[in-house]
Amino acid sequence: MNWKRAGIAVFAAVPLIALFAYGFSRDPAEIPSPLPGHDAPRFNLSVFAPGEPPLARPVGDTIRLRDYLGKVVIVNFWASWCGPCRAEHAALTETARQYAGKPAQFVGVLYIDRPTSATQWIADMGGQSYPAVVDNGSLTAIDYGVYGVPETFIVDPSGRIAYKHVGPVTESVLQHWIDSLMPAATPNASAPRATAQ
Amino acid sequence: MKRIAAIGVGLAAVALCVARQAPAQAADAPSRRAAVAAPTDSALEAQTAAVASTLRCPVCQGESIQDSPSELALQMRGVVRERLRAGDTPEEVKAYFVSRYGEWILLEPTMTGLNILLYVLPVLLVIGGLALVAYLVKRWTAPEAAQ
Repeated sequence: MNWKRAGIAVFAAVPLIALFAYGFSRDPAEIPSPLPGHDAPRFNLSVFAPGEPPLARPVGDTIRLRDYLGKVVIVNFWASWCGPCRAEHAALTETARQYAGKPAQFVGVLYIDRPTSATQWIADMGGQSYPAVVDNGSLTAIDYGVYGVPETFIVDPSGRIAYKHVGPVTESVLQHWIDSLMPAATPNASAPRATAQ
Repeated sequence: MKRIAAIGVGLAAVALCVARQAPAQAADAPSRRAAVAAPTDSALEAQTAAVASTLRCPVCQGESIQDSPSELALQMRGVVRERLRAGDTPEEVKAYFVSRYGEWILLEPTMTGLNILLYVLPVLLVIGGLALVAYLVKRWTAPEAAQ
């Protein structure tokens, strides 16, 4: 064996293999968000699905992000045509119920969808505990850098985005972030594997 | 062995060069939508098309929001138009989208920081690959000519 030639071949191949390994280990559809750590874009959005007491808001009411300063706000972008949104619906609606009366607010923002379809979807799913709002022209979705649904943003009590979750969110992720950010927090001991982007 | 190594380096250089060129070609592609739009303010529409052609559609493959027929791209073009109408410069509109989606949203990365490598590296690799091929070919052919 010619060791010099073998060395040259390895020298040429290793960077190439490293490049492919890096490329294939990443999700090409994922867009890293620059928003965590920055102020959450404000929104004033109209309620189309009220939610259930005690979290209900009247249809037509305006939900403003700035009204929730001092609370952890969970902003979930979803649509009735989105399959993975079905998978996370129970986690969101149950966690919102668990935190009713505490400084945590859930808001569902409809993404490129009709409120009539979304209202039917909520009924088909057995209801939703927290209010859902309509985002005409996707202005809020674009303000949040949304590129698909479901996407969930956790806004801390000072109004900053603490975490962005792409894909179906789970109860343990929600509980971890709410517990760790809520004023007078009682941190959840079973913190899940969740990485802020 | 040498031939394999040389071909590997050459292919890598060409692949990187093609990857770098593909988004640029998409950005330069003539707008399909601008031709069919019926702008009320042609200057604003032209400016909107120019800015939208530089922004990547988040739900497409290598397409600008100007060229994509997707709903999100349509709504992003609306945001571009409204921001320009409100007095933002094209650079301010692009900066807004970068603040929301990151540098990823730009079809042509800015020539700053590590991005410079995207522009320089393919050229260096092509030159290096060609030089290596030329050197090896010369070495392989020299002994045969001597025999």
